[in-house]
This record gives sequence, structure tokens and C-alpha cells, in this order.
Amino acid sequence: MTRISRRLFACLAASLMAGALPSLASADTLRLLTWGGYAPEDVVADFEKETGITVEVTLSNNEEMIAKLRATGGGGFDLAQPSQDRITGAQAEFGIYKPLDLSRIDASLFIPSMLEATKKNTTLNGEVYGVPHVWGTSGLVVNKAKAPDVKDYLDLCDPKYKGRVSYRLKRPTLIAFAFAMGEDPFAAYGDPDAYQAILDKVEQKLIECKPNVKTYWSGGDEILNLLRSGEVWAAMAWDTGGWKLNAENPDITFVAPKSGALGWIDTFALPKRGRNDDAAYKWINFVMRPEIAARITAAAGNFTASKGGDANVDPALKARFNESFPPEAIDNIRWYPPVPAGLEAMEGAVLDRVKAAE
Amino acid sequence: MRRREVGISLYLLMTPLVLWLTLLIILPHVAMFVVSLRERVGVGTYAFGLSNYLTFFQEPLYWNTFLRTAIMSVLATVLTFLIGFPVAWYIAKIARGRLGQALFLACLIPFWVSELVRTYGWMILLRESGVFSSLLQFLGLADGPVELLYNDAAIMVGLVYTSMLFMVVPLVTTLESLDDSLVEAAYDMGASSWAVLREIILPHAKPGIVSGAIVVFMLSLGNYLTPILLGGKSSLWFTGLIYDQFITRFNWEQGSAFGFLLLALSSAIVWAGLRLSGQSLRDTMART
Repeated sequence: MTRISRRLFACLAASLMAGALPSLASADTLRLLTWGGYAPEDVVADFEKETGITVEVTLSNNEEMIAKLRATGGGGFDLAQPSQDRITGAQAEFGIYKPLDLSRIDASLFIPSMLEATKKNTTLNGEVYGVPHVWGTSGLVVNKAKAPDVKDYLDLCDPKYKGRVSYRLKRPTLIAFAFAMGEDPFAAYGDPDAYQAILDKVEQKLIECKPNVKTYWSGGDEILNLLRSGEVWAAMAWDTGGWKLNAENPDITFVAPKSGALGWIDTFALPKRGRNDDAAYKWINFVMRPEIAARITAAAGNFTASKGGDANVDPALKARFNESFPPEAIDNIRWYPPVPAGLEAMEGAVLDRVKAAE
Repeated sequence: MRRREVGISLYLLMTPLVLWLTLLIILPHVAMFVVSLRERVGVGTYAFGLSNYLTFFQEPLYWNTFLRTAIMSVLATVLTFLIGFPVAWYIAKIARGRLGQALFLACLIPFWVSELVRTYGWMILLRESGVFSSLLQFLGLADGPVELLYNDAAIMVGLVYTSMLFMVVPLVTTLESLDDSLVEAAYDMGASSWAVLREIILPHAKPGIVSGAIVVFMLSLGNYLTPILLGGKSSLWFTGLIYDQFITRFNWEQGSAFGFLLLALSSAIVWAGLRLSGQSLRDTMART
């Protein structure tokens, strides 16, 4: 393929995915590729007032972020927020990010342990590609009135709850079931054969478990609706979803599973062909301020890596967090290590077979 | 001199079409074809080869999914025709004038909202805590909540609803051109209603049926939203596989190969359909 047609294809693919040609950003615009709730309107407005920089927010998820940046060779956005485990693999394979200049980030705003852990996990060839922003877990959201004894992922397969269970057909589900079956998938990340052996066991289990599943959910709102209406009694989902429902219906809440909730950290990373790094660094240092971080926690429902950012958070959310996470459950959180390139293809084949199984 | 002017205006008129075709259709397809012939060897290294196409034929899951998608699309096309034909007949022949226009408009109205909204509408109607389920319980026809969503029948309902207009429009056009006196003459000669339908109406409407069927079939085959949202936990749809390869597996090579296979196989099915019905694409397009 010639260079020109490759460029053209990349442009076309990007414009098709974005639904329109990306607007030509002027110098005082920050094009932010992020998750729902991470850039609340009032925070964006305050940032504009303080710096004069307009923020264009595009909502996405991990896979779409990588796909979008890959299509444009890392262009179209000035700041992205992928999870920390999805940076080095994508960077090694597609080269879509540029290294961070850590001297431009105010490290004193971050919780030191979280900053160090994220830096370590997003380091490739000696360069750091990510710093932490928002963190949270996935585990079980359970309607305790209807499914009181769901304590771990495998309990979702209890025949008592036939047709009343839901989870996603995505990699977190594979990882979660592997842990619940006593395996350690993270330890096997570097060994494809061992990882495949674990995946085979999980595939078997998920196929056995299929009669219990009402539907494999795909969107956050979808699973909340299914739990809210009582159509689903127990699901694997994000902690925030459980706490949101808990505010409406005290029977439903997030349960940290016995085999460990899965911990993720969403980061800040600079797309390779981003045009406004200044604005990106300004945004990072702005939203990590404790008072701004507390507002993002209120909007997103998850805590941030901002030092002191949990001080001003709504006490009700803190109470829900403490109820779901007794201290030993926090120690038991399984933090995702970086995903090596190529793992997704192995997992994909398993997910396809589970979906196709009768 | 005149000849040259004609030439220039012709080229000017052609430019948008040519640009459109090359930039938005031919070039991306060529690029995608090249991508589909690439094999991932290791991190960031690729080789040339056909393995992406071979995967489709070697892994039963993939061609089974294609087969399933094709069969369900054919079924959706047949159902759309069976429901759409009486509607088109009524609009074209019985309810003429104002009423006909109003009915035609009624077929159009669902298309004023996006497909996503229409599909969510069906989800509200069919879900366990939804409208139909409550209605059945209210009427005493069901003891408890009934789940109507998340199965193949729900996909079928969604597909037929989404493509109805594209069947009704060509049918109305061809049926309007049918001379009523032919039908009357046939009755005068003692033909039964069934014979009239079989000998007069259907042969006349054939181009409309075929072009409607092609559009509905291709729309169903290429549909993404409806099967994903309404389908059950085992319902794979070929376009969903392509999306997964591109977005969640980062495997553009496999996704491109699937895209080309979808293009080739669906073209083959349409061609076979045309041959079976004794129509040529040119006739069908010219007469509707």
C-alpha cells in the first residue's frame, strides 16, 4: 500500500468512526477522548474560565479509544484516558501515544503509591506513557432480597438463579471467572500456553453457566435497567453501577467478590499526533486538584488518584464504598497488569465460542 | 468547438460522481483488500498471505454465523414480502387518492426517527417488564411476566419492521402500473382469485418484488443494531463479528477479510436469486 492511500484510508476510517470529519482544532482547544463522567460540564466550564481553553469531549471506552487512535495513527485527539493495562500493548503494536514529560505534571497532586504503580505499568522502553486519574473496580452487583447468597463470580452459575443473571462477554469476565476457579490469569499473561489452558477451563465453565444468563449486557445503562426492573438479580458489573442503584433501592448494592474485585485505573496518555500538549498538561494539573477531583468523583461515581480528593466527597458515597469494601476486600483487589500485545485475539476466539454455544 | 464544450461540461458533471466513487468507495475497498491479505506475525510485523480468508472456512463458527445471518435475512425478506404485498396492494389499488397518500405516509413515519430509537421502542414493548408482557398479564393470558425479548423472533420482528418501507415502495410503484382491466378481464374469463394473483398480478409485479427483495435482503444482512440489541445470548450476526474483529480484537486484517467475504457472498446470493427468478439486474432497475 502506498503511503498516500494508507493515509487516505486512515482518514476515511477515522471519519467514518467518528461520524464526521474531526473538526480542525485551533490552538486553544483541547480535544479530550475520555469516559462518561470524567469531564463534567461544570468542570469544563471552570477550566475554560481559568485558562481560556475550550474542551471538546468525546466519550468512548478502552477498545474504541485504541481503534480510533490506531485509525488516525494517534491523531484527532490531544489527550486520551485509556486504562493503565491497555497502554503498553497498544503502544508496542500500533505506536499511538507519545511519552509524557513528567516534569510538566505536578506529582504532588497524586497519591504517591498509585502514581508510581501506574508509571511502572505504563513504561515501555524506559519511557512513561501514563499517569493515573480515576480508579475503580468491577465485581458483583447483587439484589440481596432476591439473590442473598451471591458472594463470588461462580455463584452466578447457581441453578437457583436460572435466567436471572447477566455479565458481559468481554475480557474482564474471563479474568474474573479464572480467579474464581482458583487460577491466576495475571501470572500467566506472559506464557501463551498456560494462558490458553486457563482460557479453555473458563470457556467450559461459561458454556455450562449459559442457561443462567438472561442476556450478555453491553452498555452500562442496559445492565442498570435490567437490575432496576428486577429482571436480573445478580450481575458482574462496575462498582459505581451498584452504588447508583443502592441510592434508589437499598436491596441492590455492589459486592466485592470473595476471589477479589478487579481493579482498574484509567490514566492520562498523550496521543502521538496530538497538537496541543500544553492544554493537555494544564488539564491534567487542573482536574487533579482535590476540589476538582471531588467533583469528578461525584459525577463519575468513582474515586480519583488525587491526594485529598476524597475529603470533600459526598458521605453517602463513602458509606457505600466502605460497606462494599471492608479493609480485607481492598487488599484483595486484583489490579490489572499490562496486557501483552496479541492476548486479545486468544480471548476473542473463546468469547466467540461461548456466544455461539447452545 | 461545440464538441469540445460538450466534452468539458460532461467532465464537470462527471467529476462529483467520479470523486465520490474513487475516494469513498474504490480506494477504501482497495486499501481494505490489501489489509485483508496481511498476516500478523509478531508485534508490529506483518507478512503477506491468505490465512485470514482460510480462517473463515476452517473455523466452523464463522461460516455457521454467516449461514445463519444469510438464512435469517432471506426469511426476513420473505416475511417482509408477505406482509408488505397486501399493504402495497391496498395502497395502490383500493385506497386511491387522499387515503392512499395518507397510508403511504404512515409507512414512512417510523423512518422519521433513527433506527436506534425504533429498536429501543421494540425493547420497551417486548421486555419482561414491558408493554406486551403487562398486557398479557392484564388480560389473564399469562400468569407471570413473559420475556419476549432476546430471541431470534425478536430479531425477525425488528428486521421486518425496519425494512418494510423498502419493500412497499417498489411494490406500490409496479402495482400502480398494472392495468385494472387485465384483472377484470381475467375474472370475466372465469379465473379464480388465486389464478388471477398467480397469472396476472405476480408476473406483473415481479420487477418490484425482486428489487424490493434485494434491498431488504442486503439491509438485513448488513444490519448491526437490531440483531445486537434484540438478539439473545446465542445470537451471532456476521456484521457483529466484523465489528468485534475491528474494535475489540484490534484485528483489522481478519475484519477486512470478513468484510470482503460478506461482500462476495452476499453478491453471490443476490445473483443466485436473480437467476432463480429469471430477472436481470438491468431489467429490475429499469422497470421499477
